[in-house]
Amino acid sequence: MKIGVCIKKVPDTETRIRIAPDGRQVSLDGVSFIISPYDEFAIEAALQLKEKVGQGEVIVIAVGDEETGKVMRNALAMGADRAVLVTDPAVIETEPYDVARILAAVARKEGIELLLFGKQGVGQDYQQVPTLTAEVLGWPAAAVVVGLELAGGELTATREIDGGEEVDRLSLPAVVSAQKGLNTPRYASLKGIMAAKKKTIETHALAALGLAPLAQRSWEVIRLEMPPARAAGRLIGGEPEAQVKQLVELLHTEAKVL
Amino acid sequence: MAQGFLVYVENRNGRIRKGSLETLATARRLADALGRTVDAVIVGDDAAAAQAARFGAHRLFRVAPADVYNSRDGVVELLAELVRQESPAWVVASATAVGKDCLPALAARFERSVIQDATEVVVEGGELLIKRPIYAGKAFEVLKPAGALAFLTLRPNVFPAAEAPAAATVVELATAVDPARVRTRVAEVRETAGGKVELTEAAIVVSGGRGIKAAEHYPLIEQLAAALGGAAGASRAVVDAGWVAHHHQVGQTGKTVSPTLYIAVGISGAIQHLAGMSSSKYIVAINKDPDAPIFKVADYGIVGDLFQVVPLLIEEVRKLNA
Repeated sequence: MKIGVCIKKVPDTETRIRIAPDGRQVSLDGVSFIISPYDEFAIEAALQLKEKVGQGEVIVIAVGDEETGKVMRNALAMGADRAVLVTDPAVIETEPYDVARILAAVARKEGIELLLFGKQGVGQDYQQVPTLTAEVLGWPAAAVVVGLELAGGELTATREIDGGEEVDRLSLPAVVSAQKGLNTPRYASLKGIMAAKKKTIETHALAALGLAPLAQRSWEVIRLEMPPARAAGRLIGGEPEAQVKQLVELLHTEAKVL
Repeated sequence: MAQGFLVYVENRNGRIRKGSLETLATARRLADALGRTVDAVIVGDDAAAAQAARFGAHRLFRVAPADVYNSRDGVVELLAELVRQESPAWVVASATAVGKDCLPALAARFERSVIQDATEVVVEGGELLIKRPIYAGKAFEVLKPAGALAFLTLRPNVFPAAEAPAAATVVELATAVDPARVRTRVAEVRETAGGKVELTEAAIVVSGGRGIKAAEHYPLIEQLAAALGGAAGASRAVVDAGWVAHHHQVGQTGKTVSPTLYIAVGISGAIQHLAGMSSSKYIVAINKDPDAPIFKVADYGIVGDLFQVVPLLIEEVRKLNA
């Protein structure tokens, strides 16, 4: 079974975000990059499925740059077999639909049967590439999945929905996006890290996949803004009883939220 | 009249999602400013349609409930048909689990991406400017849709829902989606909230952090949330320790909430947590460490032992509501 895992390179979640001088992008100088945290659940799910089936291949797929290649090594160190990186000057300013077209093209070329994603890339937080890719491929999809089983060529996916869970059934080939809670991603072992150095990261330009960038852009970025600064408020002193009484009084009469 | 808005109204078990009412009211506000109209679509019975009709649509397309619309694929087929038929300029839904999944599936059919989770939409120079958080709210991007067709979802609990003076004309749609178009089959839906308020829709959220010390103390957070009629959240540390399920997590790798009141109990205020709650209207922090970063964003702070403070607070809130 060929399982593809699409990953995204994102700034570490503890990064303090600054706006670049052009006002239209985030300054990434000196930022350390990681695999988007949700993607790790997808990698783990792929490795577990391969182990359970007893044969197959886990292929890590990404659209990005040289730095993306570096974070892909971490997925290889966790146990993925090989990686495919689509890198091209034309993919620097891609929007989600373009990324979906590229990933779909790789999935077709590689003969992927199950394509896994993290539910969102932590950063741009577009929250749509898995669903867009499934549509481009015409495959069934389950998004924000916390449970996944494969039996008799059919997937049973438990999705997190507002205030509950939904159980979906999908025939392969299919797209699934992983939510935290699906599993506990393994750490790369020293042996895995050594082995990853010898694994291949194949790179493709868009033309090699028979793709040109889309002419139609869905939007234009006008500017970036920082959130309004919150002023530190009032510390309520005194004994616990007095503190609580004063807090409830303030919430009731000043903030008017109780 | 020029092309306008098409709003997908989400009906869950006969109840229209609050986010959908907010979306309808927002579309109407924008349409009025632009001199455009609002069409809405709902799968539901007459009562649901009547409720939706009061919230801003000029025309409301009603489709009778059928199994096929219990799946995303069925809803997307229906919406795609309407987009082709009505040629709206903007297709809008609430950024609920359903909305955030349906709109990309729909947009893909028109070779577009979706502007997800908008927190502000204004009209400037006859066009929409849409603000959405990036890096879980550590920054925002302001986007202008390009082309003749745009797809967007609006974050729940951020936009006001107001009834519109004129009720919509209801148009019965006979469209029948072929069940063979459904690729992902929904086998079962389980409600886990048990009638509790959904975290992202709650007006009041109480979250517990590492300071609660153990899983057996989490009910203290739930009791305070219940006393306030709100929802219970948690920091990443609490979820990673396995004290509470992940769907309670607030922060960059959890949910982003914008309640009227957010009470952080025993939460230090790591940057990735602040990202998920700093757009709350009022923030209260209860923490024993006076230097905790959470106090820098809190409107009201209590430095103290949460095990003393929270039970007293529950009591005081109950007295106020009695």
